[in-house]
Amino acid sequence: MQWEAVIGLEIHTQLATKSKIFSGSSTAFGAEPNTQASLLDLGMPGTLPVLNRRAVEFAVRFAKAIDAQLGRRSVFARKNYFYPDLPKGYQISQFELPIVGPGRVEILLDGGEVKTIGVTRAHLEEDAGKSLHEDFHGMTGIDLNRAGTPLLEIVSEPDMRSAKEAVAYARKIYQIVTWLGICDGNMQEGSFRCDANVSVRPSGEQKLGTRTELKNINSFRFVERAINYEMERQIEVIEDGGRIVQETRLYDADRDETRPMRSKEEANDYRYFPDPDLLPVVLDDDFVEDATRDMPELPDERRARLTSEHGLSAYDASMLTASRAQADYYEETVSVCGDAKLAANWIMGELAAALNKAALEIEQSPVSAAGLGQLLARILDSTISGKIAKQVFEAMWAGEGGADEVIEAKGLKQVTDTSALADWVDEVIAANPEQVANYQAAEPDKRKKMVGFFVGQVMKKSQGKANPQQVNELLRQKLEE
Amino acid sequence: MSLSSDDIHKIAHLARLAVDEAEIAPLQRDLSNILGLVEQMQAVDTSQVEPMAHPLEMPQRLRPDEVTETNQRERYLRNAPAAENGLFLVPKVIE
Repeated sequence: MQWEAVIGLEIHTQLATKSKIFSGSSTAFGAEPNTQASLLDLGMPGTLPVLNRRAVEFAVRFAKAIDAQLGRRSVFARKNYFYPDLPKGYQISQFELPIVGPGRVEILLDGGEVKTIGVTRAHLEEDAGKSLHEDFHGMTGIDLNRAGTPLLEIVSEPDMRSAKEAVAYARKIYQIVTWLGICDGNMQEGSFRCDANVSVRPSGEQKLGTRTELKNINSFRFVERAINYEMERQIEVIEDGGRIVQETRLYDADRDETRPMRSKEEANDYRYFPDPDLLPVVLDDDFVEDATRDMPELPDERRARLTSEHGLSAYDASMLTASRAQADYYEETVSVCGDAKLAANWIMGELAAALNKAALEIEQSPVSAAGLGQLLARILDSTISGKIAKQVFEAMWAGEGGADEVIEAKGLKQVTDTSALADWVDEVIAANPEQVANYQAAEPDKRKKMVGFFVGQVMKKSQGKANPQQVNELLRQKLEE
Repeated sequence: MSLSSDDIHKIAHLARLAVDEAEIAPLQRDLSNILGLVEQMQAVDTSQVEPMAHPLEMPQRLRPDEVTETNQRERYLRNAPAAENGLFLVPKVIE
């Protein structure tokens, strides 16, 4: 039987505010335990939450970026459950009236096809603290530095049909929130966390199967692996005549499997009710205008512009807009060298390889966009060949100076002086009588290919400094004589 | 609407309240009466009424995103029955 997966994702993004959502404690990562936990974060009686304006602005920006209906009046609610890293006994979240209503994003599938994934809603809430289960004389340690860090929980429609689509969607959301600067995107530090709802059904069936919720997935690779594992597990259970139990399962990356959480679930009985400590959040036009005024051009818009303005392929444009820093780097390089395609090839080729090898992000590249633009300009004005340019690039990467300095210092300037080139050409022709005879005996349409051998010999003689186009022309003239 | 004794046990458990068996029957009666009152109110047609989230007719005030709190850990930890290495200690949570 053919099976089809139905997948929806809940993504928790930590918002990049300086202070917490309801208190003036710092949200900086990595501080000593409990040094960033105020009385409010500890859930002490007599404290009252006051909402962080920036967190609201960030949610408004996200709404605009995914073309969502904005919740002009949203309400905070208490989600009640007991766990020691949640000192109040409830999490302040949003339930019936979230700040971000239905929206959508587009993902690019493998075949180049575009698929629209619905975003059901996104709501503001507070993060919980951390429980440390190392042995403290049989007790659990609690660090509340993270308690109260603002989260935007982004809930998708169950629109994805494979693990690959789920990853493409997660990456898209990641691209948007980091592009907008509302989330730092640091997955190791838990700034971007995914839960997946997964069910399977026979292909063509309309009715949904029973779903399980996968928690604890903190990398894109694990999103794909966890979902694939869970799909196979569910199909096996059903094919063996069993039934899927609705439950929460944890993904264990070390063993590459999912397993049920041991804690008995109270069937999601969170008893939500409006939080009387907080008034409804009302967004007027001025607020929305203020929050979105400085929004950058969005990744999809920029991709479209790169395609139309620079004549890039859809693939190149989407690679170059993977992040805002990447797109900025590309556009600056083009503005210096003036050749869109050459800049694209170098950034996705030479530069990407070097960054990858050194495990650097493009923001940390030792060769600046302007520097690379200068180098490419020297290819375009025939000062150096593309091959020599790679040598110059390596020297620039190693900190030996800008393109012109390196070319000068290493004497790499291309030889375009016709008489010098003619000498090399004559020498090569004289040294290879057999190849010359073959060439002259060949059909004219084959000669074009055969000339490559001679060009290679001349380039070798010149140590790569001869201008290949000129050499090619000279050779053809002399060989045809 | 009347609640069963199982409902009472469940509600008590969700709220982490220890309830004596002897209290179950009176609680069952009292809570059922309260729900009966709510049921009476549900007879009113509220389809044209916007649900009230808060009795105060004003929007939430917002504060600027600034760090205003300083580290008071040692003082706060003194309130805790058990603490070590800057952590609050609680009975082991088995996950």
